[in-house]
Amino acid sequence: MSDPIIRLRGIRRDYDMGGEVVHALRGVDLDIDRNSYIAIMGPSGSGKSTLMNLIGCLDTPTGGEYWLNGQEVSRMSDDDLARVRNREIGFVFQTFNLLPRATALQNVELPLVYAGMPAARRRQLAAESLTRVGLADRMDHRPNELSGGQRQRVAIARALVNRPSILLADEPTGNLDSATSGEIMKVFDRLHAEGQTVVMVTHEADIAEHAARVVVLHDGSVASDRTRARAAVA
Amino acid sequence: MPLWEAVRLALHMMRVQKLKSFFSLIGVVIGVMFLIAVVSIVQGMNVYMEDEFANRLVGLNTFQVRQRPSIQTGDVSSATRREWARRPRITESDAGYLEARVRTPVVFSRVCESRMTVGRGTLVARDIDVLGADPTIFGIKNYGISAGRPFSPQEARVGSAVAVLGHLVAERLFEGLDPVGRTVLLGGLPYRVVGVIEEQGTLFGISLDKFVVVPFEAPVRRELCRAGTLHELQVQASGPTSMLTAMGEVEALMRARRQLRPGDPSNFHLQTAEGALEGWRGISRILFAALPGLVGISLVVGGIVIMNIMLMAVAERTREIGIRKALGARRRDILAQFVVESATISFLGALIGIGLGLAMAWGVREATPFPAAVAPWSIGLAVTLGIAVGMIAGIYPAGRAARLDPITALRAE
Repeated sequence: MSDPIIRLRGIRRDYDMGGEVVHALRGVDLDIDRNSYIAIMGPSGSGKSTLMNLIGCLDTPTGGEYWLNGQEVSRMSDDDLARVRNREIGFVFQTFNLLPRATALQNVELPLVYAGMPAARRRQLAAESLTRVGLADRMDHRPNELSGGQRQRVAIARALVNRPSILLADEPTGNLDSATSGEIMKVFDRLHAEGQTVVMVTHEADIAEHAARVVVLHDGSVASDRTRARAAVA
Repeated sequence: MPLWEAVRLALHMMRVQKLKSFFSLIGVVIGVMFLIAVVSIVQGMNVYMEDEFANRLVGLNTFQVRQRPSIQTGDVSSATRREWARRPRITESDAGYLEARVRTPVVFSRVCESRMTVGRGTLVARDIDVLGADPTIFGIKNYGISAGRPFSPQEARVGSAVAVLGHLVAERLFEGLDPVGRTVLLGGLPYRVVGVIEEQGTLFGISLDKFVVVPFEAPVRRELCRAGTLHELQVQASGPTSMLTAMGEVEALMRARRQLRPGDPSNFHLQTAEGALEGWRGISRILFAALPGLVGISLVVGGIVIMNIMLMAVAERTREIGIRKALGARRRDILAQFVVESATISFLGALIGIGLGLAMAWGVREATPFPAAVAPWSIGLAVTLGIAVGMIAGIYPAGRAARLDPITALRAE
């Protein structure tokens, strides 16, 4: 078996809240393998958002080591982290986080802009990515002309366009009704089936059901970590 | 992010927020407009003063020997005025003395002039500049004759009562009739009109055609200037160099004739186009000296406005910055985005300012006699300043945007 794509060792993250130190993560060890489908759960305040920010390289730990796809990212500078986010991570947010004034295509192009790709190639890849999530006919629509489910699919297309090592989804169905949620989860399931590593943070048990492995955090530590048989996912 | 990408984004933002962008431009627009308009107008005035004013009023390669200057474009103190009034007048014998001794080939004309009323029957033309002069004056002043002829040396010598009318005088007194051969009344005596001078146009909007030329010795002479004296002796050389030589000669001859010692100031005035321009040059220098201040203040104000607008933009678009950072924008990408946006806003302001400045210069050219001339360097400078102001004003807000923490920025609403 190859090295895990994510390797966390003794990860701690402390926040200084006006003189009082809050330990959001108290030594988390976690390995996530390539092509896995994992849900991180936990009640609010359990540290799951902090963990997701660390995995997404938006933040650096106070202590411990984080290896992402063979690189030690826990001590990187801001700009190096930006590069890692650009190449290794595809974010899907609860609130979609699309640029409101840009079209679906322009939104999807954005990571490629920061990767320094020429415009023509960028448009081509963005169009392919939108086609992959079934939005080939909505490329020139702005976010306010799209339904919630379509917006989240644009966000997924944007997350995938740079062929990231991991797709990192933070409450991806939190702002969607249950029918649309099911639709979006099917997209994630399919992407996983196609070989994409998916890391999902959620507090909804039925959403976590889609994942093959569920890690539950409690008070900044891993409280449980269980892997289901693949057969259960279908 | 490539530059044009950032420019396109900036233009897009401006299209979306037209009103705000417009207001943020005002300072730069005004500054650049001043720059273009003032430079164009002052340069146009320069051209006008040199080509029209000085050469038409004083004459090409011509200087005048006078008691005091007749053209002043600057301030003159009352002490200077008193000194001028004490000076001896230029006399007919001075003129004869100089004509006999100046060795540089030059053409002379004595001139006496006064404002008088010219009449014909019941028609009168008031405030007409009556010039008593030698026949050489037509050549010196480059007066073309549109009808008839100038007076002859013979008429000049005997002091005949003949007159050559300025265009406007002929129009007013004859109203379409041919004036040649008819008579006008000047100082109570009839003068036979022998010719009409071509239209001279206007200077600063004042007609240059309200004049009559009569022979220096004509009967009206005693009303033009005191007996034995003259207002000025016109001296025309064949070129600029010989004019300077002749001026040197005249200066030396007059000083010797008036027995001035080497340290004494000259008690006469040699008036040239250059001299007449000095006052104007002073004004133009002051305008050009004040210009950087005016433009600078507007641009600083414009820069501060743009900086504020950009700070607002950064605050409003915090979430956008967070999204961009999450997707891989480095600090310098965000910095460049906002600096370019700021520079683009300012550049557009400069373009509008250039347009308005050109419009102002054009308006001045249409409404006044000054041929406002646009200086290409001022446009280049305006564009450069516009971009520079935007970049400088954008650095601080862009720096704040670039330093935002992505997690905090993503949480912003």
